[in-house]
Amino acid sequence: MNIYVLLKRTFDTEEKITIAGGKINEDGAEFIINPYDEYAVEEAIQMRDAHGGEVTVISVGSEESEKQLRTALAMGADKAVLVNIEDDVEASDQYTTAKIIAQYLKDQEVDLIIAGNVAIDGGSGQVGPRVAELLEIPYVTTITKLEIQGTKATVVRDVEGDSEVIETCLPLLVTAQQGLNEPRYPSLPGIMKAKKKPLEQLELDDLDLEEDDVEAKTKTIEIYLPPKKEAGKVLAGDLNDQVKELVTLLHTEAKVV
Amino acid sequence: MARKVLVLGEVRDGALRNVSFEALSAGKTIAEGGEVVGVLVGESVSALGQELIQHGANRVVVVEHAELAQYTSDGYSQALLAVIEEEKPEGLVFGHTALGKDLSPRIAGKLNSGLISDATAIEVAGGNVVFTRPIYSGKAFEKKIVTDGVIFATIRPNNIAALQKDESLSGEVNSLTVDIKDLRTIIKEVVRKASEGVDLSEAKVVIAGGRGVKSEEGFEPLKELATVLGGAVGASRGACDAEYCDYSLQIGQTGKVVTPDLYIACGISGAIQHLAGMSNSKVIVAINKDPEANIFKVADYGIVGDLFEVIPLLTEEFKKLKINA
Repeated sequence: MNIYVLLKRTFDTEEKITIAGGKINEDGAEFIINPYDEYAVEEAIQMRDAHGGEVTVISVGSEESEKQLRTALAMGADKAVLVNIEDDVEASDQYTTAKIIAQYLKDQEVDLIIAGNVAIDGGSGQVGPRVAELLEIPYVTTITKLEIQGTKATVVRDVEGDSEVIETCLPLLVTAQQGLNEPRYPSLPGIMKAKKKPLEQLELDDLDLEEDDVEAKTKTIEIYLPPKKEAGKVLAGDLNDQVKELVTLLHTEAKVV
Repeated sequence: MARKVLVLGEVRDGALRNVSFEALSAGKTIAEGGEVVGVLVGESVSALGQELIQHGANRVVVVEHAELAQYTSDGYSQALLAVIEEEKPEGLVFGHTALGKDLSPRIAGKLNSGLISDATAIEVAGGNVVFTRPIYSGKAFEKKIVTDGVIFATIRPNNIAALQKDESLSGEVNSLTVDIKDLRTIIKEVVRKASEGVDLSEAKVVIAGGRGVKSEEGFEPLKELATVLGGAVGASRGACDAEYCDYSLQIGQTGKVVTPDLYIACGISGAIQHLAGMSNSKVIVAINKDPEANIFKVADYGIVGDLFEVIPLLTEEFKKLKINA
Protein backbone atom coordinates (compact mmCIF):
# COMPACT_ATOMS: atom_id res chain seq x y z
CA MET A 1 0.00 0.00 0.00
CA ASN A 2 1.33 3.46 -0.93
CA ILE A 3 0.68 5.76 1.97
CA TYR A 4 1.35 9.50 1.94
CA VAL A 5 1.39 11.74 4.98
CA LEU A 6 0.92 15.51 4.73
CA LEU A 7 3.11 17.15 7.34
CA LYS A 8 3.55 20.74 8.51
CA ARG A 9 6.27 22.26 10.63
CA THR A 10 4.72 24.40 13.36
CA PHE A 11 5.63 26.40 16.46
CA ASP A 12 6.01 24.32 19.59
CA THR A 13 2.79 24.55 21.62
CA GLU A 14 4.87 25.84 24.57
CA GLU A 15 5.88 28.95 22.64
CA LYS A 16 4.59 32.41 23.48
CA ILE A 17 3.70 34.31 20.33
CA THR A 18 5.25 37.72 19.70
CA ILE A 19 5.09 40.00 16.67
CA ALA A 20 7.99 41.77 14.96
CA GLY A 21 7.64 43.92 11.84
CA GLY A 22 3.99 42.96 11.38
CA LYS A 23 4.81 39.25 11.33
CA ILE A 24 4.92 36.42 13.83
CA ASN A 25 8.41 36.51 15.34
CA GLU A 26 10.17 33.21 14.73
CA ASP A 27 13.50 34.15 16.29
CA GLY A 28 14.63 31.58 18.79
CA ALA A 29 11.33 29.69 18.63
CA GLU A 30 11.23 25.90 18.83
CA PHE A 31 9.50 24.07 16.01
CA ILE A 32 7.81 20.70 16.00
CA ILE A 33 5.76 18.45 13.74
CA ASN A 34 2.20 19.77 13.92
CA PRO A 35 0.74 17.55 16.70
CA TYR A 36 -2.17 16.33 14.56
CA ASP A 37 0.27 15.41 11.78
CA GLU A 38 2.17 13.31 14.32
CA TYR A 39 -0.96 11.15 14.69
CA ALA A 40 -1.00 10.92 10.89
CA VAL A 41 2.62 9.71 10.76
CA GLU A 42 1.96 7.13 13.48
CA GLU A 43 -1.19 5.84 11.77
CA ALA A 44 0.63 5.57 8.43
CA ILE A 45 3.42 3.51 10.00
CA GLN A 46 0.90 1.19 11.68
CA MET A 47 -1.01 0.75 8.40
CA ARG A 48 2.20 -0.05 6.55
CA ASP A 49 3.28 -2.54 9.20
CA ALA A 50 -0.12 -4.26 8.95
CA HIS A 51 -0.59 -4.20 5.17
CA GLY A 52 2.90 -3.73 3.72
CA GLY A 53 3.96 -0.95 1.39
CA GLU A 54 5.67 2.34 1.94
CA VAL A 55 5.12 5.58 3.86
CA THR A 56 6.13 8.84 2.19
CA VAL A 57 5.96 12.06 4.18
CA ILE A 58 5.47 15.27 2.22
CA SER A 59 5.81 18.86 3.34
CA VAL A 60 5.54 22.22 1.60
CA GLY A 61 7.68 24.91 3.15
CA SER A 62 11.26 25.98 3.47
CA GLU A 63 14.52 24.13 3.91
CA GLU A 64 13.94 24.29 7.65
CA SER A 65 11.13 21.73 7.39
CA GLU A 66 13.79 19.09 6.74
CA LYS A 67 14.23 18.66 10.48
CA GLN A 68 10.58 17.69 11.02
CA LEU A 69 10.66 15.38 7.98
CA ARG A 70 13.75 13.66 9.42
CA THR A 71 11.88 13.21 12.70
CA ALA A 72 9.05 11.48 10.80
CA LEU A 73 11.64 9.25 9.07
CA ALA A 74 13.12 8.48 12.47
CA MET A 75 9.65 7.46 13.71
CA GLY A 76 9.57 4.95 10.86
CA ALA A 77 8.44 6.60 7.62
CA ASP A 78 10.34 5.36 4.55
CA LYS A 79 10.78 8.43 2.38
CA ALA A 80 10.30 12.16 2.53
CA VAL A 81 9.54 14.86 -0.03
CA LEU A 82 10.10 18.53 0.67
CA VAL A 83 8.69 21.05 -1.76
CA ASN A 84 10.71 24.13 -1.05
CA ILE A 85 8.76 27.23 -2.05
CA GLU A 86 10.83 29.75 -0.15
CA ASP A 87 12.34 31.39 -3.26
CA ASP A 88 9.35 31.01 -5.56
CA VAL A 89 6.26 31.93 -3.59
CA GLU A 90 5.89 35.25 -1.85
CA ALA A 91 2.52 34.79 -0.18
CA SER A 92 0.93 31.39 0.17
CA ASP A 93 -2.34 30.18 1.61
CA GLN A 94 -4.17 26.86 1.89
CA TYR A 95 -4.97 26.94 -1.82
CA THR A 96 -1.25 27.22 -2.60
CA THR A 97 -0.27 24.31 -0.39
CA ALA A 98 -3.09 22.05 -1.56
CA LYS A 99 -2.40 22.79 -5.22
CA ILE A 100 1.29 21.92 -4.85
CA ILE A 101 0.64 18.71 -2.92
CA ALA A 102 -2.04 17.58 -5.36
CA GLN A 103 0.23 18.36 -8.31
CA TYR A 104 2.89 16.11 -6.78
CA LEU A 105 0.48 13.32 -5.83
CA LYS A 106 -1.41 13.16 -9.11
CA ASP A 107 1.63 11.51 -10.72
CA GLN A 108 2.07 8.98 -7.90
CA GLU A 109 0.28 5.73 -7.17
CA VAL A 110 -1.70 6.67 -4.11
CA ASP A 111 -3.79 4.34 -1.93
CA LEU A 112 -4.07 6.31 1.26
CA ILE A 113 -3.30 9.90 2.29
CA ILE A 114 -3.28 10.84 5.96
CA ALA A 115 -3.09 14.43 7.22
CA GLY A 116 -3.68 16.17 10.51
CA ASN A 117 -7.22 17.55 10.80
CA VAL A 118 -5.88 21.03 11.50
CA ALA A 119 -2.54 22.78 11.97
CA ILE A 120 -2.19 24.46 15.32
CA ASP A 121 -0.75 27.63 13.78
CA GLY A 122 -3.03 28.63 10.88
CA GLY A 123 -5.88 26.53 12.21
CA SER A 124 -7.96 26.41 9.03
CA GLY A 125 -8.10 22.64 8.41
CA GLN A 126 -8.48 23.25 4.68
CA VAL A 127 -5.49 21.55 3.07
CA GLY A 128 -6.55 17.90 3.50
CA PRO A 129 -10.05 18.22 1.97
CA ARG A 130 -8.75 20.59 -0.73
CA VAL A 131 -6.15 17.98 -1.78
CA ALA A 132 -8.82 15.26 -1.90
CA GLU A 133 -11.03 17.51 -4.01
CA LEU A 134 -8.19 18.22 -6.46
CA LEU A 135 -7.41 14.49 -6.72
CA GLU A 136 -11.14 13.68 -6.92
CA ILE A 137 -10.92 11.05 -4.18
CA PRO A 138 -13.19 10.62 -1.14
CA TYR A 139 -12.13 12.00 2.24
CA VAL A 140 -13.15 11.68 5.87
CA THR A 141 -12.02 14.31 8.38
CA THR A 142 -11.33 14.10 12.16
CA ILE A 143 -11.02 10.33 12.33
CA THR A 144 -10.35 8.37 15.52
CA LYS A 145 -10.12 4.88 13.99
CA LEU A 146 -9.10 3.40 10.65
CA GLU A 147 -9.42 -0.18 9.41
CA ILE A 148 -8.52 -1.32 5.91
CA GLN A 149 -9.41 -4.58 4.21
CA GLY A 150 -8.41 -4.83 0.58
CA THR A 151 -9.74 -1.67 -1.02
CA LYS A 152 -12.44 -1.14 1.62
CA ALA A 153 -11.94 1.20 4.54
CA THR A 154 -13.97 1.50 7.73
CA VAL A 155 -13.43 4.76 9.53
CA VAL A 156 -14.71 6.21 12.79
CA ARG A 157 -15.21 9.95 12.54
CA ASP A 158 -15.47 12.29 15.54
CA VAL A 159 -18.35 14.69 15.00
CA GLU A 160 -18.41 17.17 17.87
CA GLY A 161 -18.12 14.34 20.37
CA ASP A 162 -20.39 11.85 18.61
CA SER A 163 -18.89 9.06 16.50
CA GLU A 164 -19.88 8.10 12.98
CA VAL A 165 -18.89 4.71 11.59
CA ILE A 166 -18.25 5.26 7.88
CA GLU A 167 -17.58 2.82 5.08
CA THR A 168 -15.65 3.98 2.08
CA CYS A 169 -13.00 2.80 -0.34
CA LEU A 170 -9.44 3.46 -1.42
CA PRO A 171 -7.88 5.63 -2.66
CA LEU A 172 -8.88 7.75 0.32
CA LEU A 173 -7.75 10.81 2.25
CA VAL A 174 -8.35 10.98 6.00
CA THR A 175 -7.45 13.61 8.59
CA ALA A 176 -6.39 12.61 12.07
CA GLN A 177 -8.16 13.62 15.26
CA GLN A 178 -6.70 13.29 18.72
CA GLY A 179 -7.34 9.81 20.12
CA LEU A 180 -6.50 8.06 16.81
CA ASN A 181 -3.32 6.59 18.31
CA GLU A 182 -0.40 7.31 20.58
CA PRO A 183 2.49 8.62 18.44
CA ARG A 184 5.80 6.89 19.15
CA TYR A 185 8.99 8.71 19.99
CA PRO A 186 11.84 8.21 17.51
CA SER A 187 14.25 5.55 18.79
CA LEU A 188 17.99 6.06 18.68
CA PRO A 189 18.48 3.45 15.93
CA GLY A 190 15.54 5.09 14.15
CA ILE A 191 17.29 8.45 14.28
CA MET A 192 20.49 6.92 12.90
CA LYS A 193 18.61 5.20 10.07
CA ALA A 194 16.67 8.36 9.23
CA LYS A 195 19.85 10.13 8.23
CA LYS A 196 20.26 7.71 5.33
CA LYS A 197 16.65 7.55 4.21
CA PRO A 198 15.80 9.37 0.97
CA LEU A 199 14.63 12.97 1.28
CA GLU A 200 13.79 14.46 -2.08
CA GLN A 201 13.86 18.24 -2.42
CA LEU A 202 11.66 19.77 -5.11
CA GLU A 203 10.83 23.25 -6.31
CA LEU A 204 7.82 24.51 -8.28
CA ASP A 205 9.71 24.01 -11.55
CA ASP A 206 10.11 20.30 -10.86
CA LEU A 207 6.32 20.02 -10.61
CA ASP A 208 5.72 22.02 -13.79
CA LEU A 209 4.11 24.79 -11.78
CA GLU A 210 4.55 28.54 -12.18
CA GLU A 211 4.19 30.98 -9.32
CA ASP A 212 0.91 32.21 -10.88
CA ASP A 213 -0.56 28.68 -10.72
CA VAL A 214 -0.31 28.63 -6.95
CA GLU A 215 -0.96 32.27 -6.15
CA ALA A 216 -2.80 32.68 -2.85
CA LYS A 217 -6.50 33.46 -3.06
CA THR A 218 -6.60 35.20 0.29
CA LYS A 219 -4.37 37.86 1.81
CA THR A 220 -3.44 38.65 5.39
CA ILE A 221 -3.50 42.40 5.94
CA GLU A 222 -2.76 42.57 9.64
CA ILE A 223 -1.53 40.37 12.49
CA TYR A 224 -1.97 41.42 16.09
CA LEU A 225 -1.94 40.06 19.62
CA PRO A 226 -5.11 39.97 21.72
CA PRO A 227 -5.26 42.55 24.49
CA LYS A 228 -3.45 41.21 27.53
CA LYS A 229 -5.87 39.99 30.12
CA GLU A 230 -5.49 41.60 33.53
CA ALA A 231 -5.64 39.28 36.49
CA GLY A 232 -9.03 39.66 38.12
CA LYS A 233 -10.41 39.47 41.59
CA VAL A 234 -9.59 36.58 43.89
CA LEU A 235 -12.36 36.40 46.46
CA ALA A 236 -11.70 36.10 50.18
CA GLY A 237 -13.52 35.25 53.39
CA ASP A 238 -15.79 32.40 54.40
CA LEU A 239 -16.25 29.93 51.52
CA ASN A 240 -20.06 30.20 51.62
CA ASP A 241 -19.82 33.97 51.36
CA GLN A 242 -17.30 33.73 48.52
CA VAL A 243 -19.66 31.54 46.55
CA LYS A 244 -22.59 33.92 47.17
CA GLU A 245 -20.43 36.88 46.16
CA LEU A 246 -19.30 35.10 42.98
CA VAL A 247 -22.85 34.36 41.89
CA THR A 248 -23.86 37.98 42.56
CA LEU A 249 -20.85 39.28 40.60
CA LEU A 250 -21.58 37.00 37.65
CA HIS A 251 -25.24 38.04 37.70
CA THR A 252 -25.04 41.78 38.29
CA GLU A 253 -21.51 42.88 37.30
CA ALA A 254 -20.51 40.51 34.50
CA LYS A 255 -24.14 39.80 33.55
CA VAL A 256 -23.35 36.40 32.09
CA VAL A 257 -25.92 34.41 34.05
CA MET B 1 -20.89 47.06 -3.39
CA ALA B 2 -24.07 45.02 -3.12
CA ARG B 3 -23.48 41.29 -3.30
CA LYS B 4 -25.65 38.20 -3.38
CA VAL B 5 -24.65 35.96 -0.46
CA LEU B 6 -25.66 32.34 0.18
CA VAL B 7 -25.83 31.22 3.82
CA LEU B 8 -26.10 27.55 4.75
CA GLY B 9 -28.67 26.82 7.44
CA GLU B 10 -27.37 23.85 9.41
CA VAL B 11 -29.97 21.52 10.86
CA ARG B 12 -29.33 19.27 13.83
CA ASP B 13 -31.95 17.07 15.45
CA GLY B 14 -34.65 18.78 13.40
CA ALA B 15 -33.77 22.33 14.44
CA LEU B 16 -31.59 25.09 13.03
CA ARG B 17 -28.35 25.60 14.88
CA ASN B 18 -27.76 28.97 16.46
CA VAL B 19 -24.56 29.45 14.43
CA SER B 20 -26.73 29.54 11.30
CA PHE B 21 -28.49 32.66 12.59
CA GLU B 22 -25.08 34.16 13.28
CA ALA B 23 -24.06 33.19 9.74
CA LEU B 24 -27.09 35.06 8.37
CA SER B 25 -25.96 38.15 10.24
CA ALA B 26 -22.46 37.71 8.77
CA GLY B 27 -24.03 37.21 5.34
CA LYS B 28 -25.91 40.49 5.71
CA THR B 29 -22.64 42.34 6.45
CA ILE B 30 -20.95 40.81 3.41
CA ALA B 31 -23.99 41.48 1.18
CA GLU B 32 -23.72 45.27 1.77
CA GLY B 33 -27.38 45.73 0.92
CA GLY B 34 -27.52 42.85 -1.56
CA GLU B 35 -29.63 39.75 -1.26
CA VAL B 36 -29.06 37.13 1.46
CA VAL B 37 -30.27 33.71 0.34
CA GLY B 38 -30.62 30.95 2.94
CA VAL B 39 -29.92 27.39 1.84
CA LEU B 40 -31.35 24.31 3.51
CA VAL B 41 -30.14 20.81 2.70
CA GLY B 42 -31.63 17.60 4.11
CA GLU B 43 -34.32 15.01 3.80
CA SER B 44 -37.23 17.08 5.07
CA VAL B 45 -36.19 20.58 6.07
CA SER B 46 -38.33 23.08 4.13
CA ALA B 47 -40.47 23.82 7.19
CA LEU B 48 -37.45 25.61 8.69
CA GLY B 49 -37.25 28.06 5.77
CA GLN B 50 -39.36 30.81 7.37
CA GLU B 51 -37.16 30.74 10.45
CA LEU B 52 -34.13 31.62 8.30
CA ILE B 53 -36.12 34.48 6.81
CA GLN B 54 -37.10 35.74 10.27
CA HIS B 55 -33.39 35.83 11.09
CA GLY B 56 -32.36 37.84 8.05
CA ALA B 57 -32.55 35.75 4.85
CA ASN B 58 -34.45 37.46 2.01
CA ARG B 59 -35.49 34.10 0.62
CA VAL B 60 -34.57 30.45 0.96
CA VAL B 61 -33.62 27.64 -1.43
CA VAL B 62 -34.23 24.09 -0.22
CA VAL B 63 -32.65 20.91 -1.55
CA GLU B 64 -34.41 17.81 -0.22
CA HIS B 65 -33.44 14.22 -0.98
CA ALA B 66 -33.50 10.91 0.92
CA GLU B 67 -29.72 10.67 0.45
CA LEU B 68 -29.31 13.96 2.32
CA ALA B 69 -30.81 12.70 5.58
CA GLN B 70 -27.31 12.55 7.02
CA TYR B 71 -24.39 14.78 6.18
CA THR B 72 -21.84 13.39 3.75
CA SER B 73 -19.41 15.58 1.91
CA ASP B 74 -20.40 14.01 -1.42
CA GLY B 75 -24.14 14.49 -0.92
CA TYR B 76 -23.96 17.99 0.51
CA SER B 77 -21.44 19.25 -2.02
CA GLN B 78 -23.63 18.03 -4.89
CA ALA B 79 -26.59 19.90 -3.35
CA LEU B 80 -24.64 23.08 -2.58
CA LEU B 81 -22.87 23.21 -5.93
CA ALA B 82 -26.23 22.90 -7.70
CA VAL B 83 -27.57 25.86 -5.71
CA ILE B 84 -24.39 27.84 -6.37
CA GLU B 85 -24.64 27.08 -10.09
CA GLU B 86 -28.24 28.33 -10.07
CA GLU B 87 -27.76 31.41 -7.88
CA LYS B 88 -24.22 32.47 -8.82
CA PRO B 89 -23.52 34.13 -5.45
CA GLU B 90 -20.65 36.50 -4.73
CA GLY B 91 -20.47 35.47 -1.09
CA LEU B 92 -20.87 32.24 0.90
CA VAL B 93 -21.09 31.71 4.66
CA PHE B 94 -21.16 28.45 6.66
CA GLY B 95 -20.81 27.88 10.39
CA HIS B 96 -17.36 26.67 11.47
CA THR B 97 -18.87 23.43 12.77
CA ALA B 98 -17.90 19.80 12.10
CA LEU B 99 -20.05 20.04 8.97
CA GLY B 100 -18.78 23.45 7.87
CA LYS B 101 -15.13 22.52 8.44
CA ASP B 102 -15.54 19.32 6.43
CA LEU B 103 -17.53 20.76 3.54
CA SER B 104 -16.18 24.28 2.99
CA PRO B 105 -12.65 23.42 1.70
CA ARG B 106 -14.17 21.09 -0.88
CA ILE B 107 -16.64 23.72 -2.14
CA ALA B 108 -13.86 26.34 -2.19
CA GLY B 109 -11.67 23.89 -4.13
CA LYS B 110 -14.42 23.19 -6.64
CA LEU B 111 -15.06 26.93 -7.11
CA ASN B 112 -11.32 27.58 -7.31
CA SER B 113 -11.88 30.13 -4.60
CA GLY B 114 -10.23 31.42 -1.46
CA LEU B 115 -11.74 30.50 1.89
CA ILE B 116 -11.41 32.14 5.27
CA SER B 117 -12.04 29.61 8.02
CA ASP B 118 -13.12 30.24 11.59
CA ALA B 119 -13.82 33.98 11.37
CA THR B 120 -14.74 35.72 14.62
CA ALA B 121 -15.57 39.17 13.20
CA ILE B 122 -16.42 40.76 9.85
CA GLU B 123 -16.26 44.37 8.76
CA VAL B 124 -16.35 46.24 5.48
CA ALA B 125 -13.38 48.59 5.21
CA GLY B 126 -12.01 50.42 2.17
CA GLY B 127 -14.20 48.42 -0.20
CA ASN B 128 -12.96 45.11 1.20
CA VAL B 129 -14.75 42.58 3.35
CA VAL B 130 -12.24 42.08 6.16
CA PHE B 131 -12.40 38.96 8.33
CA THR B 132 -10.77 38.62 11.75
CA ARG B 133 -9.69 35.14 12.77
CA PRO B 134 -7.61 33.62 15.54
CA ILE B 135 -4.27 32.01 14.73
CA TYR B 136 -2.06 29.93 17.02
CA SER B 137 -5.32 28.91 18.75
CA GLY B 138 -6.05 32.47 19.81
CA LYS B 139 -2.53 33.43 20.91
CA ALA B 140 -2.72 35.93 18.01
CA PHE B 141 -5.25 37.23 15.48
CA GLU B 142 -5.10 38.04 11.79
CA LYS B 143 -7.21 40.20 9.49
CA LYS B 144 -7.73 38.67 6.11
CA ILE B 145 -9.43 39.33 2.79
CA VAL B 146 -10.36 37.06 -0.12
CA THR B 147 -8.50 38.18 -3.23
CA ASP B 148 -9.81 35.67 -5.77
CA GLY B 149 -13.14 33.94 -6.22
CA VAL B 150 -16.25 34.02 -4.07
CA ILE B 151 -16.02 35.76 -0.68
CA PHE B 152 -16.27 32.57 1.31
CA ALA B 153 -15.97 32.20 5.06
CA THR B 154 -16.89 29.90 7.89
CA ILE B 155 -17.72 31.64 11.17
CA ARG B 156 -16.92 30.49 14.67
CA PRO B 157 -20.00 29.96 16.87
CA ASN B 158 -20.72 32.51 19.62
CA ASN B 159 -18.74 35.42 18.16
CA ILE B 160 -20.87 37.24 15.58
CA ALA B 161 -24.19 38.37 17.02
CA ALA B 162 -27.30 37.01 15.32
CA LEU B 163 -29.94 39.51 14.21
CA GLN B 164 -33.03 39.86 16.34
CA LYS B 165 -35.68 37.41 15.17
CA ASP B 166 -38.50 39.30 13.41
CA GLU B 167 -41.63 37.19 13.12
CA SER B 168 -43.33 39.73 10.87
CA LEU B 169 -40.90 38.89 8.09
CA SER B 170 -41.81 36.42 5.40
CA GLY B 171 -40.36 35.41 2.07
CA GLU B 172 -40.17 32.78 -0.59
CA VAL B 173 -39.02 29.26 0.17
CA ASN B 174 -38.33 27.48 -3.13
CA SER B 175 -37.08 24.00 -3.66
CA LEU B 176 -34.45 22.94 -6.14
CA THR B 177 -34.40 19.37 -7.39
CA VAL B 178 -30.95 17.85 -7.41
CA ASP B 179 -30.07 14.29 -8.32
CA ILE B 180 -27.91 13.14 -5.41
CA LYS B 181 -25.92 10.07 -6.40
CA ASP B 182 -22.68 8.10 -6.22
CA LEU B 183 -22.00 8.75 -2.54
CA ARG B 184 -18.54 7.37 -1.83
CA THR B 185 -18.82 7.46 1.96
CA ILE B 186 -21.65 5.60 3.66
CA ILE B 187 -22.55 6.25 7.29
CA LYS B 188 -23.24 2.88 8.87
CA GLU B 189 -23.84 3.96 12.42
CA VAL B 190 -23.87 7.03 14.63
CA VAL B 191 -22.77 6.56 18.22
CA ARG B 192 -24.04 9.37 20.40
CA LYS B 193 -21.51 10.22 23.07
CA ALA B 194 -21.79 13.98 23.34
CA SER B 195 -23.76 15.34 26.26
CA GLU B 196 -27.36 15.86 25.27
CA GLY B 197 -28.25 19.22 23.88
CA VAL B 198 -25.39 21.64 24.28
CA ASP B 199 -22.36 21.36 22.03
CA LEU B 200 -19.09 22.41 23.63
CA SER B 201 -18.08 24.82 20.86
CA GLU B 202 -21.49 26.50 20.81
CA ALA B 203 -22.15 26.54 24.56
CA LYS B 204 -22.67 29.91 26.29
CA VAL B 205 -21.37 28.41 29.53
CA VAL B 206 -18.50 25.91 29.81
CA ILE B 207 -17.56 24.13 33.02
CA ALA B 208 -14.09 22.64 32.53
CA GLY B 209 -12.23 20.19 34.73
CA GLY B 210 -8.53 19.47 35.01
CA ARG B 211 -6.29 17.08 36.89
CA GLY B 212 -7.78 18.41 40.13
CA VAL B 213 -11.02 16.59 39.29
CA LYS B 214 -9.09 13.41 40.13
CA SER B 215 -11.36 10.78 38.52
CA GLU B 216 -14.15 10.09 36.07
CA GLU B 217 -16.65 10.35 38.95
CA GLY B 218 -15.07 13.67 39.87
CA PHE B 219 -16.72 15.15 36.78
CA GLU B 220 -20.22 14.53 38.21
CA PRO B 221 -20.46 17.77 40.22
CA LEU B 222 -19.23 19.67 37.12
CA LYS B 223 -21.96 18.05 35.04
CA GLU B 224 -24.58 19.05 37.61
CA LEU B 225 -23.41 22.65 37.53
CA ALA B 226 -23.42 22.60 33.72
CA THR B 227 -26.99 21.30 33.71
CA VAL B 228 -28.16 24.07 36.04
CA LEU B 229 -26.52 26.72 33.84
CA GLY B 230 -27.52 25.10 30.52
CA GLY B 231 -23.86 24.73 29.66
CA ALA B 232 -21.43 22.08 28.48
CA VAL B 233 -18.61 20.26 30.23
CA GLY B 234 -15.03 20.52 28.93
CA ALA B 235 -11.63 19.37 30.13
CA SER B 236 -7.93 20.13 30.10
CA ARG B 237 -5.45 17.85 28.39
CA GLY B 238 -4.32 16.64 31.81
CA ALA B 239 -7.79 15.32 32.61
CA CYS B 240 -8.08 13.64 29.19
CA ASP B 241 -4.62 12.07 29.37
CA ALA B 242 -5.47 10.72 32.82
CA GLU B 243 -8.61 9.17 31.22
CA TYR B 244 -11.04 11.02 33.45
CA CYS B 245 -12.97 11.90 30.28
CA ASP B 246 -13.11 11.56 26.51
CA TYR B 247 -10.68 13.46 24.27
CA SER B 248 -13.65 15.05 22.54
CA LEU B 249 -13.98 17.27 25.62
CA GLN B 250 -10.42 18.58 25.45
CA ILE B 251 -10.01 22.35 25.29
CA GLY B 252 -6.68 23.85 24.29
CA GLN B 253 -4.17 24.26 21.52
CA THR B 254 -4.81 20.64 20.63
CA GLY B 255 -8.51 20.05 21.14
CA LYS B 256 -11.26 22.61 20.93
CA VAL B 257 -11.02 26.37 21.14
CA VAL B 258 -14.03 27.80 22.95
CA THR B 259 -15.28 31.34 23.51
CA PRO B 260 -18.32 31.09 25.78
CA ASP B 261 -19.79 33.95 27.81
CA LEU B 262 -18.75 32.17 31.00
CA TYR B 263 -15.89 29.71 31.48
CA ILE B 264 -15.49 28.07 34.87
CA ALA B 265 -12.11 26.33 35.22
CA CYS B 266 -12.14 23.75 38.00
CA GLY B 267 -8.87 22.24 39.19
CA ILE B 268 -7.07 23.43 36.05
CA SER B 269 -3.57 24.80 36.54
CA GLY B 270 -3.58 26.84 33.33
CA ALA B 271 -0.80 25.59 31.05
CA ILE B 272 -0.18 27.89 28.08
CA GLN B 273 -1.70 25.30 25.71
CA HIS B 274 -4.92 25.26 27.73
CA LEU B 275 -5.08 29.05 27.97
CA ALA B 276 -4.85 29.22 24.16
CA GLY B 277 -8.11 27.29 23.96
CA MET B 278 -10.18 29.38 26.35
CA SER B 279 -8.61 32.75 27.19
CA ASN B 280 -10.86 34.60 24.73
CA SER B 281 -13.93 33.61 26.74
CA LYS B 282 -15.88 36.66 27.89
CA VAL B 283 -15.74 35.93 31.63
CA ILE B 284 -13.41 33.41 33.26
CA VAL B 285 -13.82 31.99 36.75
CA ALA B 286 -11.03 29.91 38.28
CA ILE B 287 -11.47 27.49 41.14
CA ASN B 288 -8.20 25.96 42.33
CA LYS B 289 -6.58 24.89 45.60
CA ASP B 290 -3.25 26.39 44.57
CA PRO B 291 -3.32 30.21 44.88
CA GLU B 292 -0.22 30.36 42.64
CA ALA B 293 -1.91 28.49 39.76
CA ASN B 294 -1.41 30.17 36.40
CA ILE B 295 -5.14 30.09 35.68
CA PHE B 296 -5.70 32.94 38.19
CA LYS B 297 -3.66 35.23 35.90
CA VAL B 298 -6.35 35.12 33.23
CA ALA B 299 -9.38 34.71 35.49
CA ASP B 300 -11.81 37.57 36.08
CA TYR B 301 -12.89 35.99 39.36
CA GLY B 302 -11.10 33.41 41.42
CA ILE B 303 -11.87 31.22 44.41
CA VAL B 304 -8.96 29.52 46.14
CA GLY B 305 -10.39 26.30 47.47
CA ASP B 306 -11.27 22.66 46.97
CA LEU B 307 -13.45 22.30 43.90
CA PHE B 308 -15.40 19.47 45.53
CA GLU B 309 -16.50 21.92 48.24
CA VAL B 310 -16.94 24.96 46.01
CA ILE B 311 -18.85 23.49 43.06
CA PRO B 312 -21.79 21.96 44.99
CA LEU B 313 -22.21 25.28 46.85
CA LEU B 314 -22.05 27.13 43.54
CA THR B 315 -24.64 24.80 42.00
CA GLU B 316 -27.01 25.48 44.93
CA GLU B 317 -26.54 29.26 44.64
CA PHE B 318 -27.21 29.21 40.89
CA LYS B 319 -30.33 27.09 41.49
CA LYS B 320 -31.61 29.73 43.93
CA LEU B 321 -30.81 32.47 41.41
CA LYS B 322 -32.74 30.63 38.66
CA ILE B 323 -35.74 30.10 40.95
CA ASN B 324 -35.82 33.76 41.95
CA ALA B 325 -35.51 34.84 38.31
